[in-house]
Amino acid sequence: MAEILKTTLLIIGGGPGGYVAAIRAGQLGIPTVLVEGQALGGTCLNVGCIPSKALIHVAEHFHQAQRQAEHGELGIDHSAPTLDLARSVAWKDGIVERLTGGVAALLKKHKVQVIHGWAQIVDGKTVAVGEQRIHCEHLLLASGSSNVELPMLRLGDAVISSTEALTPASLPQHLLVVGAGYIGLELGIAYRKLGVQVSVVETRERILPSYDAELTAPVADTLKTLGIGLHLGHSVEGYEDGALRLRNGAGEQLQLAGDRVLVAVGRRPRTHGFNLESLQLRMNGPAVAVDERCQTSMRNVWAIGDVTGEPMLAHRAMAQGELVAEVIAGKPRRFQPAAIAAVCFTDPELVVAGLTPEQATAQGLDCLVAQFPFAANGRAMTLESRSGFVRVVARRDNHLVVGWQAVGVAVSELSTAFAQSLEMGACLEDIAGTIHAHPTLGEAVQEAALRALGHALHL
Amino acid sequence: MGTHVIKMPDIGEGIAQVELVEWFVKVGDVVGEDQVVADVMTDKATVEIPSPVSGTVLALGGQPGEVMAVGSELIRIEVEGSGNHVDSPTPIAQATVAEPATSTPTAAMQGAPAPHTTAATTAPAPAAAARQPGEKPLASPAVRKRALEAGVELRYVPGSGPAGRILHEDLDAFLHAPKSADLRPAGQARRTDSEQIAVIGLRRKIAERMQDAKRRVAHFSYVEEVDVTQLEALRQQLNQQYGQQRGKLTLLPLLVRALVVALRDFPQINATYDDQAQVITRHGAVHVGIATQGDNGLMVPVLRHAEAAGLWDNAQEIIRLAQAARSNKASREELSGSTITLTSLGALGGIASTPVVNTPEVAIVGVNRMVERAVVVNGQIVVRTMMNLSSSFDHRVVDGMDAASFIQAVRRLLEQPACLFVE
Repeated sequence: MAEILKTTLLIIGGGPGGYVAAIRAGQLGIPTVLVEGQALGGTCLNVGCIPSKALIHVAEHFHQAQRQAEHGELGIDHSAPTLDLARSVAWKDGIVERLTGGVAALLKKHKVQVIHGWAQIVDGKTVAVGEQRIHCEHLLLASGSSNVELPMLRLGDAVISSTEALTPASLPQHLLVVGAGYIGLELGIAYRKLGVQVSVVETRERILPSYDAELTAPVADTLKTLGIGLHLGHSVEGYEDGALRLRNGAGEQLQLAGDRVLVAVGRRPRTHGFNLESLQLRMNGPAVAVDERCQTSMRNVWAIGDVTGEPMLAHRAMAQGELVAEVIAGKPRRFQPAAIAAVCFTDPELVVAGLTPEQATAQGLDCLVAQFPFAANGRAMTLESRSGFVRVVARRDNHLVVGWQAVGVAVSELSTAFAQSLEMGACLEDIAGTIHAHPTLGEAVQEAALRALGHALHL
Repeated sequence: MGTHVIKMPDIGEGIAQVELVEWFVKVGDVVGEDQVVADVMTDKATVEIPSPVSGTVLALGGQPGEVMAVGSELIRIEVEGSGNHVDSPTPIAQATVAEPATSTPTAAMQGAPAPHTTAATTAPAPAAAARQPGEKPLASPAVRKRALEAGVELRYVPGSGPAGRILHEDLDAFLHAPKSADLRPAGQARRTDSEQIAVIGLRRKIAERMQDAKRRVAHFSYVEEVDVTQLEALRQQLNQQYGQQRGKLTLLPLLVRALVVALRDFPQINATYDDQAQVITRHGAVHVGIATQGDNGLMVPVLRHAEAAGLWDNAQEIIRLAQAARSNKASREELSGSTITLTSLGALGGIASTPVVNTPEVAIVGVNRMVERAVVVNGQIVVRTMMNLSSSFDHRVVDGMDAASFIQAVRRLLEQPACLFVE
């Protein structure tokens, strides 16, 4: 048996939470060991955010080329495009490699020791990786989350998860997407734009159930325009002989033929398989419960990111990772963000930050709500974007902005402005009084605030 | 939008000047109908001035401490509709009849431009309102981080920014605010700080009254010790027997009773002296002023017709008056008209004191600390409960002989408490 390795901080998981914590700990001079069983960068860099955005980019360009080839109104005529899927996937893999390589270099630069292997918790201060035992003062759980599997839809062969969907060897004829959440719709739309016939099945009565209906309406329009089949209110009972067995709300069974099934019904905190349960930590449902310093119920055992539950977002994990390293370094820190923006890279994109009008009302706030449509925004027109809007929610009494929502082409980048205004405690007058560059989509942000104040200029 | 002007009201007794004690609103605040906007004070009492309208405060007519004429402009409020005021080119200011008592001279009007009014459909953003209890403090990430590192809970920091946002400046002000003295370690460093406190409101009134009394009254004081062993035994007996139903008795109602009984034979003590008119008024009623320490200073609520009430009635009335005075809720009537005053510091009573006559009365009886002492009784040293009475009289109209005889009468009554109840 190898000699016991001693360190101050041991991190289980090299995803956005774990590697950021490691970098910050390195900066603060904390001896740090990071254990990763797969690839550095975790779900986000390898099989999540980044590769999916790459695939969406490929799909969008292919789709646009097709549109132009059909004598599009932009006046670009060319022959019908063809797709070399292997090259597309290689391009995407190149991005992933660059990023994960970058993470490895950053960790090395900050003198973080990376151990490749699967961690097994021995106790709150000891972890085994194969034969190697590592003893630490602080244990940081950053084990992330995994795809939820359905018992009647075991993965394998034609039934795949998002991981396989991001690295297709070939495209199916007809992709059946189970789950109309953001993962299912992002990938479903991308596949459709790559030329695949796509059908989406969802047990609930609408798409993107965690967003409000007004906000998701432009996405529903896109699904219709693209010809994506939508089976809302249908539950899945199994997949046999090239067809999904569904049951609708009325209890009737029906078959939906398709040669590949993407199961995208959510993610759950990864709390099993590495003896985490032996620590008997206090849990918050399926997630590890943490306080505002990211400490678990056991002293000097910390947890960040998806393993601590919703919202499962990489940027939340990174913020927690930075914070927990500083807490371990003895700095007073608390994880109390005013807002964590969430972005959905469907077509068009969605972004939400802070409270929706419904949430504000539920909190007993009397709010002004105003939206500005991109139909009245010049930049949106030049992007061939006609639908969508920016919506602001602000308190009626003091005009404090408490929430933003937007839907439209490329609105994901507005998340920066939204989150910043919420963190800074901006009022409607602050937004309205900031000159927003023309011509940009951001003008709609200013106009929404102006409209809440009763005097939008371009409406 | 119109302007509603509230003028300094005539609060009775033919008073032409009223002192502004405290503002409860500032420029830009939203006030509701009946919301109290200011405290003003006459010679007799503090009166709350409510707003008859809802609106936004445009301007305040004076500084706390300023003495203002009745009828001068107190506050200007922007209201929906037409209001009661048509703008004249020169606003108020002339109405001010006295200099502000504060050392920092400021304009009579703390004017500020009204919040900008936009198109129409929405109201202008109201100025920073105080956070409601339980509401999360609003601050930028940088301010939050600084506060955390300085160990400051932001919910205790007032925010001056829009929507009550806590700014770096607010945090600075909070961090540099003087801590209360007892928290400061007793260092040996030389200190150069000093603090100036404006003598306004009740404090100024107390100062004037005390100065006036000391200047006009020829004080003489007389201290006598009283054996209150039996009185204490009686009080405890009464409390044991009746405490449940009638409430606990303190020493005060018993002292009041002693005064009432003794004053029957000393009408010259239960008197007021108008030295302007050169008239002494001897009162049949015994209205006992009870000197009371309030939050802002000394007040003397009056126990009226002590001669006509029982022991427990007086006891309850004393408690009620003391509470009313402490919470500044005592009415003018409850704070004036006494014929003699009783002052007691309880456990802080000391051995002797030289109380100041509460003019135009001519006598004040002070109660010192009660303590067990070795006393010679019939050639034996025994432990008795002793207490001193320190009294002051206006020697212009009360002779030493009368004063001493009165106090001796009180002493006899207290030492033989049965006599208190002989009619």
